[in-house]
Amino acid sequence: MSLLAVKGLGIGFGGIRAVDNVTFSTEPGKIFSIIGPNGAGKTTLFNLISGVYRTESGSVTILDEEVTRLSPEALAARGMARTFQNLQVFFRMSALDNVMVGAHVHEAPRGLSHLLGLPSTARENRQTRDEAMALLTRLRLADVAERTAGNLSYGQLKRLEIARALASRPKILLLDEPAAGCNPTETAEIDEIIVEVARSGVGILLVEHDMKLVMGVSDRVLVLTQGRVLIEGTPAEVANSPAVIEAYLGTGLPSLEATHA
Amino acid sequence: MRGLIGNRWAELGAMALLIGLVGLILPSGYYFRVGALVLVSAIAALGLNLLLGYAGQVSLGHAGFVGIGAYAVALLPTYWGVPTLLALAGGAVFSGLLALALGRPILRLKGHFLAVATLGLGILVAMVLTNEARITGGPDGMPVPRLELFGTRIRAPETWYWITGGVLLVATFFAQNLLNSSTGRALRALHDSEVAARAAGIDVARIKGIVFAVSAIYASVSGSLLALLNGHITPDVASFLNSIELVTMVVLGGMGSLLGSLIGAAVLVILPQALTIFHEYEHLLLGSFIILIMIFLRDGIVPTLRKRFTERGS
Repeated sequence: MSLLAVKGLGIGFGGIRAVDNVTFSTEPGKIFSIIGPNGAGKTTLFNLISGVYRTESGSVTILDEEVTRLSPEALAARGMARTFQNLQVFFRMSALDNVMVGAHVHEAPRGLSHLLGLPSTARENRQTRDEAMALLTRLRLADVAERTAGNLSYGQLKRLEIARALASRPKILLLDEPAAGCNPTETAEIDEIIVEVARSGVGILLVEHDMKLVMGVSDRVLVLTQGRVLIEGTPAEVANSPAVIEAYLGTGLPSLEATHA
Repeated sequence: MRGLIGNRWAELGAMALLIGLVGLILPSGYYFRVGALVLVSAIAALGLNLLLGYAGQVSLGHAGFVGIGAYAVALLPTYWGVPTLLALAGGAVFSGLLALALGRPILRLKGHFLAVATLGLGILVAMVLTNEARITGGPDGMPVPRLELFGTRIRAPETWYWITGGVLLVATFFAQNLLNSSTGRALRALHDSEVAARAAGIDVARIKGIVFAVSAIYASVSGSLLALLNGHITPDVASFLNSIELVTMVVLGGMGSLLGSLIGAAVLVILPQALTIFHEYEHLLLGSFIILIMIFLRDGIVPTLRKRFTERGS
């Protein structure tokens, strides 16, 4: 039984098939990466899987449960969490509050007892706060916990999004370019975090432009071009595939190594 | 000092202290009446602040709920002999349910569309109150039976000052509780990023419905108290101008500041009274004053001053 299984997923925008017949599956504790040139449909695929867009064809299952076309909040309740390529942080709230929001699925929806400030609310707050603090510590953000998120550095915000996603205790974590715009030190930090999270048993779906990061941490890599699956395999298989080299560089260049130059 | 300001009960404490101290120094019935009007407006502004300041959802029709509350305590006791306090509660429940029912479709809209939809809601209530002249007295309004507590009629402005002050503090207490819960975190979250809030598992429609209903109940209670305080009510309470005034109170006092709602209400109620000595220049001066506040205290009075204060203190 695979953790997340995607079968024949597709969507079109005005005649263009942005994502076309994509099929793959991921396992718990493994890192599955999706790469591809700009405009290949990586983020669209992410938005389809996480319920932001409604898929036109195909299906998505989590642990064999059909979750196709469910809303993002329903998917969150079923163990899916995600981060965003363009930061979607709650900028007016403190770093701690941001992570506490991430634990929303584990809190009881009792508006009335919240309004009355019953002891159950205080208990719930304390528990959520303790868990959020532990996550902030794990992502080395403990010293900025009380700071307003809008005042944090870019690298800190990237980690804050991961902390918020982890607060829901997900089974599957979707990371959309977690290292985009980060310097090499920050990228190395994120690299370390991703591996650590996977080791704790969470299945990770990663979209990333940083080839070094992808090839270093991934168990499986899927290459997407023009919305279609070009190849799926181990990092080594993908790196040596002539089709991938052609898709990235066009014909006539000797190897993928040229991208690192 | 910083710890005191950061404390989540500090705003409630500051508000209680302010209401108490002002109540002790007010010289005459007229001032108590103005004070009570400030406190009544602050209750509605506080509710709107939860919706607008914290959850980031615009409502240009909140005076509609004020109107429902006001006419609940005027109509129900007059025609059906309902006790005044029960009528107040009835108006609040009706407003809350109406907000829940209308909130689902309306709050799916964003920005200008949401503003226009809520605007329509407010105008609708004002029109019903004006046109059902047979029972509401039409544009001339109607008298409101006085509130009786423990066998005595409550008329004295002093008494009304303390009653409305008490209600405002209770309203603040509830608002503070709500904000300091998972529901409160959720409603602040959807202000900044709805897509991230949904990905975190927040049922955005439900949270918006809750905060819209709570703010409607606050507006309704405010309207009931206003009607009882004045003893007479006209459809003007539900007018578009009053909705705008509520929004102005929230923005002026500070979006996302409970104490700011009281300060914003104080400025908008007291200033026109104080400016009457300038006769025809009154509105010009009021407008200029509001513009100046928004230029120099851009985040609203309370948040801007607090920021300056804490920065100097640290």
